[in-house]
Amino acid sequence: MTRAKADHRVELLRQMLRIRRFEEKCAELYSAAKIRGFLHLYVGEEAVAAGAFQALTPDDNVVSTYREHGHALARGIPATAIMAEMYGRADGCSRGRGGSMHLFDTDRRFYGGNAIVGGGLPVAVGLALADKLRGEHRVTACFFGDGAVAEGEFHECLNLAALWSLPVLFACENNHYAMGTALEGAQKETDLAVRASTYEMPAWPVDGMDVVAVEEAARHAAESVREGGGPHFLELRTYRFRAHSMYDPDRYRDKAEIEEWRHHDPIDALIAAAHVPAKQIAAIEKDIAAELDEAIAFAEAAPLEPVEELTRFVYQEAAS
Amino acid sequence: MSGTTKTTYREAMRAALRDALTRDERVFLMGEDVGRYGGCYAVSLGLLEEFGPERIRDTPLSESAFVGAGIGAAVAGLRPIVEIMTVNFSLLALDQIMNNAATLPHMSGGQLRVPLVIRMTTGAGRQLAAQHSHSLEGWYAHIPGLRVLAPATLEDARGMLAPALECPDPVLIFEHGALYGVAGELPDEPEPVDIAHAAIRRAGSDVTLVAYGGTLGKALSAADELAVSGVEAEVVDLRVLRPLDDAAVVGSVRRTHRAVIVDEGWRSGSLSAEITTRLVEQAFYDLDAPVARVCSAEVPVPYARHLEEAALPQVPDVVAAVRTVLGGEDG
Repeated sequence: MTRAKADHRVELLRQMLRIRRFEEKCAELYSAAKIRGFLHLYVGEEAVAAGAFQALTPDDNVVSTYREHGHALARGIPATAIMAEMYGRADGCSRGRGGSMHLFDTDRRFYGGNAIVGGGLPVAVGLALADKLRGEHRVTACFFGDGAVAEGEFHECLNLAALWSLPVLFACENNHYAMGTALEGAQKETDLAVRASTYEMPAWPVDGMDVVAVEEAARHAAESVREGGGPHFLELRTYRFRAHSMYDPDRYRDKAEIEEWRHHDPIDALIAAAHVPAKQIAAIEKDIAAELDEAIAFAEAAPLEPVEELTRFVYQEAAS
Repeated sequence: MSGTTKTTYREAMRAALRDALTRDERVFLMGEDVGRYGGCYAVSLGLLEEFGPERIRDTPLSESAFVGAGIGAAVAGLRPIVEIMTVNFSLLALDQIMNNAATLPHMSGGQLRVPLVIRMTTGAGRQLAAQHSHSLEGWYAHIPGLRVLAPATLEDARGMLAPALECPDPVLIFEHGALYGVAGELPDEPEPVDIAHAAIRRAGSDVTLVAYGGTLGKALSAADELAVSGVEAEVVDLRVLRPLDDAAVVGSVRRTHRAVIVDEGWRSGSLSAEITTRLVEQAFYDLDAPVARVCSAEVPVPYARHLEEAALPQVPDVVAAVRTVLGGEDG
């Protein structure tokens, strides 16, 4: 392995570890009642965000779901702003209006965590339509889960994007469960890439527990979209190790199944494959711990939005 | 020197669209059959030939996808006009209108703006039965984040689109289906109209008739009929269903001391209920009689002509309601 390649793998590891530790910290803070509302953790799925975002430039658009902390971190939204949002503070990336499920950062072209399953797809199609009409060569990466494939909006949007040859990268995070309903209980055809390919767009499955494979597939798809190849669909097969949300007692999954998937932990897999030395991992962990400490301190100290500001951002505000 | 030209509500809408498309490159129109077919009510007839398929964009029957695409394109800085054939079909896109268009600006802490215009037909009177005839604009007027307009005159059909496109908020324009053929004169140099205020279409001192969209004409006819017997009704055209222009309605009622609301929506949980409540809240002691409402019967709009007519507010109903609220003095 070349030095550059080895360094890149360490970078991928760092990104996955950041997300993993961030999510573990969120769970802790939830138990401490610092974070409230619904909280959906990404633990187990880190390879998808860490790999896929390598393929995007800062000028590309991102539309995400309610399980989006990993996407937000990988996109470069500061952990401080994300944590402050979960604390419901004025310095949060949505000024305390969104919470865990609705992180936004237009400077980074991050158009939100959307908590309506499938609800982000039409918006992504519209962002891509605007780019096509203006002749801009930007990719809109649209993340959604396997649950969205059962929604009408999924089919309407894949059709529309294909019909108009729009620059959308549909990134389906298939974690095999729509909340508590297994894919087999929701779809007759469980090969989601096959479903998407009927809309006449390139579509293929990817091992979503292999960050290198995800990056490779995402680069290939994003480049093709960028070069005018129309929409592409990636089915990123992954698994969440934790429950759907902090409310979920996780009664619908076999413990043995979860255990089996844990053997494919994307972080362990990369460490083994890339032979990352323990000392290097320890250094990364130390950096991450410092980043998280800073994020929590920032969120704790951040001001609350004054209640007088409650009704702001509903309508245009008169220029002052 | 500028004169006037004979036109129709439909042509006035089309002229407004043509203007917007000509003036601003960011504007485009999309929806079902807006292009080759010319629009299901022929509003966009000829625009495809004039502006091309990129800007007059036929869509598949995918209300949620193309309304949501309008939202995304608006967020990206374009000025889309999305046409939905009829308000009943807009329910297929309600998720996008409610959960995205109305919500994203607030939920993002003010980072996102959705300068989108959605036009759709509303209302009954053409024997189209229960899936093409309802007046659901009151539902949309319930939603913070939306602006809801109801042009009832040629001037508003011609004039409301431009300020709606300039507005950074999502704006819904409800065009009553019975109005498209209404003919009249419009100035060749149209006067700008606002999208913030109600308008008094007829001055009067005895009673206030509050109407909008398809009921404005009926309210004006009722006022004419009442005038014959010496009752002078003031007719307030709401024009803007959200945010409501309380001041105009309350101001009129303070002068007339009586109010009859004429709304083609159903009575229960309706726009007419909202206006009544605001009058009770803000003008209770100015009222000389209880507020009266003339609304559609609480039934899905039926097909047969006589049943449909019986289901909708009609001029004699308005006249009768006015006689009732005046009853104390005239009875």
